[in-house]
Formats: sequence, structure tokens, C-alpha cells
Amino acid sequence: MARIFAYIIHKDGVADDSAAELLAAAKKIDAAASPTAVVVGRGPQLDAVCTALSASYAEVWKIANEALAYPNAELVRKALVSVLPHDGILLVPHAHFGVDLSPGLSIKMNSAYVSDVLNIEGLEGTQLKLIRQEFGGQISAHVRCDISSGAVINLRPGAFKPLESAAVAGRVLDKSSEVGALTARRRFLETVVAELGDVDIAKQAILVSIGRGIQEKENIGIAEELAEALGAAVSCSRPVVDAKWLPKSRQVGSSGKTVKPKVYLACGISGSFQHLVGIKGNPLIVAINKNPKAPIFQVADVGIVVDMLEFLPALTVRIREISAVSA
Amino acid sequence: MEILACIRRVPDTSENEIQLDAATNDIQRDDLVYSVNEPDNYAVEEAIQIVERTGGKLTVVTVGGEDDEEVLRREMAMGANGGVLLSDEAFNRSDGKGIATVLKAFVQKGHYDLILTGVQAEDGGAQVGGMLAALLDYPFASLVTSIEVLDGGKLKISREIEGGTKELNEIDLPCVLSIQTGINEPRYVGMRGIRQVASVDIPTFGASELGVDAGAVGEAAAKVKRTDYFVPASGKGAEMLQGSREEIIEKLLELIKAKGGLK
Repeated sequence: MARIFAYIIHKDGVADDSAAELLAAAKKIDAAASPTAVVVGRGPQLDAVCTALSASYAEVWKIANEALAYPNAELVRKALVSVLPHDGILLVPHAHFGVDLSPGLSIKMNSAYVSDVLNIEGLEGTQLKLIRQEFGGQISAHVRCDISSGAVINLRPGAFKPLESAAVAGRVLDKSSEVGALTARRRFLETVVAELGDVDIAKQAILVSIGRGIQEKENIGIAEELAEALGAAVSCSRPVVDAKWLPKSRQVGSSGKTVKPKVYLACGISGSFQHLVGIKGNPLIVAINKNPKAPIFQVADVGIVVDMLEFLPALTVRIREISAVSA
Repeated sequence: MEILACIRRVPDTSENEIQLDAATNDIQRDDLVYSVNEPDNYAVEEAIQIVERTGGKLTVVTVGGEDDEEVLRREMAMGANGGVLLSDEAFNRSDGKGIATVLKAFVQKGHYDLILTGVQAEDGGAQVGGMLAALLDYPFASLVTSIEVLDGGKLKISREIEGGTKELNEIDLPCVLSIQTGINEPRYVGMRGIRQVASVDIPTFGASELGVDAGAVGEAAAKVKRTDYFVPASGKGAEMLQGSREEIIEKLLELIKAKGGLK
């Protein structure tokens, strides 16, 4: 059985929630697996992460290097190639860092790569059986990955539920000396935090959120009028920002904002996972979409199959009538 | 700057309902509307803008068959200076590494300062750009949202990371970048533009011209294989509101009120 490793994302001395998800995923490959956490960084914050992880991972590999103060994927790749066995299976969260690191790492390790895995059905000989989605989540696929020369597997954040497992007394192994001098042809300069924008969608009780179904910029007013009638704000999914119809500060999702309203009206939004991870706090999700196959209907509480461009104005009119009566 | 943009023709998910063909466990491929993979279109627009600013030439390339010439021509109508098709039966059913291996061989036949891909295709792989960079031993950055050409063979780029935060990097040329949607506004391509490039010759290279070992690509070399498509057993799913428009609206407003959303 190949050894399983989990790449741990961490920040400010704290491991990301994905650390527990990777542990759960490793158990789906092999229920008896005892995966090894791999943590790169520097200083006391790295030590804090390693110590905390040793309560859930039986073995934690620490790679300390001053050059790894910021996780530059090219440097991390070199460090991992130095320490990982070539037949190992490395699990990585499929977020911005995993997208940056894993494809190139698989080439340098001469191992297989599968991205954005939703579930693991198990191992059959050297074939790892996986489940992915294609076409924006409209359909699922069974995938087989030959792990005989190792594999890098990127896992969708949130897809693997952490296990309730007893604490372990793990050990931290310092692998730093196995990594040579690290230099990169891509150099990190700085991070720039997003501008706040005119409306803070993270603080709204109701969001009228629009997606590709809004069709053109001139239709944004339909959503704005409904939002005004509801005392809500307008948010959106990625295609609306890409088209420059609304500013980035209105975007819900992994590369936009995380919101926690009471009611989320998803209008003409298909429901990609990158969008859905931005909706927290268990709101009432209402999906309004003319495509009954849209993945949003699988996660919404309430669904209406209708053209949003006709439905939203009718809803606005009715809310105004009710307000006029009660006023 | 000499730029290569790697593009792909895909079923357009905004135009198609993807359905399972139960007999073959493939998707129903008749009547699918195909177009250029949307992120690739942003990559091509970005490359055109860089060529407009700094000079040079943009070539678009794809791995596929005759049908894929249409997206090469579309991007040439947009402003790419030339298109190249990499086509061979040996390339069929390659995995991501196989496609990257074919592209690597083509890159090494020419001289490119900058290679762009879209951030991902319809299979959500987000893999070929990073693999190509590693095969060429070029630096790589994913999720790129701006490119500034600096003196001394370098670029300043921003990447989109979590919560709308941008990560700024300097990267040496030659390099490979995967372009995020929204980096620019891809220009409109009219029928007239398409007609103007309709008869332009598109060179085609196969495995032997590229010097690609047929055993290193295609189905036999693929470590990752999709065995079938399926529709997952649906979960609870949404409570679907039925009835007349008035009834649906009343029911919806009740639900919103019950959740404390409406006063």
C-alpha cells in the first residue's frame, strides 16, 4: 500500500479546515491508512501548526525554510520533490494554491494527477477510483487513476466530511535538512486586499443574487428594484463580474465574498461549487432558474423553474402592493 | 513578444443542457453547440492586447481534429496572427499530461516568450498549463488577473486568491500563465471577421512532425481515465414551487417571512 500524504494549508499559525477533510479522504482510499501531514513554512508559527496537527495525524513532516515564509508554489514544489517518496499519494485541497502547485508537481514526481475530486470510491489494485464533475457540475464522471508511480490528488474543499476520530499522540519529524537551497523564477511581491465597495454584501439579511441568467447589463435594474422592495442588496456570481456589470465587491464565492444572509435568492445562477462555498450560515436558498437541470436545485431549499427576467418584476410588484397596504 | 495561446473547442455549457446517454454512458453529443472554451477567449484577448502594446506575434494552437479548426479561425478573426492544429490519431484520448506532452513538442519547434492557457476547460481539469510549464521547465502562475510587461525579460502579474485578494508576483520569461476569466473584455467577433480568415491556411502537425513518441501520449499512456458519465442519485433537492405565478409568489413570500427575511 502506497503511503498517503496530506498537504496542509495554514495561515497565522493555524491549519486550514481542509486538514481534517484530507484525513477523512485518506481513510476513503484505505480505511487502515495513517496519512502523514506535510507542512511547509518557517518559524514558531510553523511549529504551532505541526504541534496542533500531531493530535490528529500520527506523523507530521515539518519543512522549515526561510524562503517558504510565503507559500510560493514553485519553491514548495522543489521542497516536496526532495522529501516525498516517488510512489506516494499526495492529497491537496483544490483551491488557489492547489491549482498552482499540483499539475507541475505531478510532472516533476512523474506521478498521475487528478483535479477537483468530489469523492473516493476506493483502491482496486493500483487503480484509485474517483468521482469528479464536468460541465459546470451538470454531470458526474467516474475516473480511474493509476497510482503505481504515485499520484497527486486535488480534493474539492467541503466535499469530504471530517471524521469524529479519537485524538492521537502523533510525532513531528523535521525534514528541513533534506531540502536544499530554494530559488524561484517567480517571486512573490505582496498581497493586495480587495476594496470594500459601496455595499457590504456580507452584512445583508436578504440577497438578491444574479448570475448568467440576467443576460445583459440593462437587466440589472430588475434585480435592483426587487432588492429595494425587499430591503435587500444585489449580489452576483462570477460571470456578472467578468462581464463588468457589477463590481467585484458584489461577487459571492471562493474568489469573492463569503455571505451569511437569512434569505438568498439565487436568480439565474447555475450553482458552481466555487459560488456555493461563499454562502454560509444556512440561509433559505431560493433557486430561480429556467433550466430545471441546473445544479443549484440540488442545494437550494426552494426551487422555481421560471425565466427570472419575467418572474422578478412580478415579485417586485406584489411586494410593493403588500407594503402599500401595510403602510 | 512572441506569444502562444493554447485553446480548446468545448460544448458550451451556457448553450447546452448536458444529458446522459444511458446506452453508452457518454453524454449525448448530437446537437451540442460547441464554442471556444470561455477562459481561453480571455487568454487570447490578453495576448492580443500585449502584442498591441509591445509588438510581436500571437499564435493560437489546439490539439484535436478537423472540427477544431473553427475555434482557431475564430481566434484569428479576433486578432491572432496564425493558428496551428496538432492532430494525430495517436493523440486521441490523451489525459492532461498527454495533451501537455504534445504541446511541449510544438513549443520546442519555435521560440515563444509567453504561453497562455485558460484557467480551466469544461472538465474542470485546470491542469494542462501547469503541466506544460513543468515539462518545459518554465515558471508558471495560475489564476492570473493582470499582466504588466517589465524591462529585463520579466512580467509583473496578479493572481486571484481567496476573498477577492490579489497576490502580486514577478515572473521571468519565458513562462506559462493560466488566465482567469474577467481579466479583460474579449472583443466581439463578427461574421465578417470570420469570413476574412475562412481560407487562411492552418498548418497541421502530427506525432512524427512534432517528434512525439506515440507511446508517450494517447489512451495507452494515460494514467488517468474517465470510465463513464453518470447522474448522481439526487439528494433531498429543492422543494419545487408549482402552480400559477400568483400562487408561487404568495408561497415564496410566506417562506421568506417565516425565515425572518421580510417584515
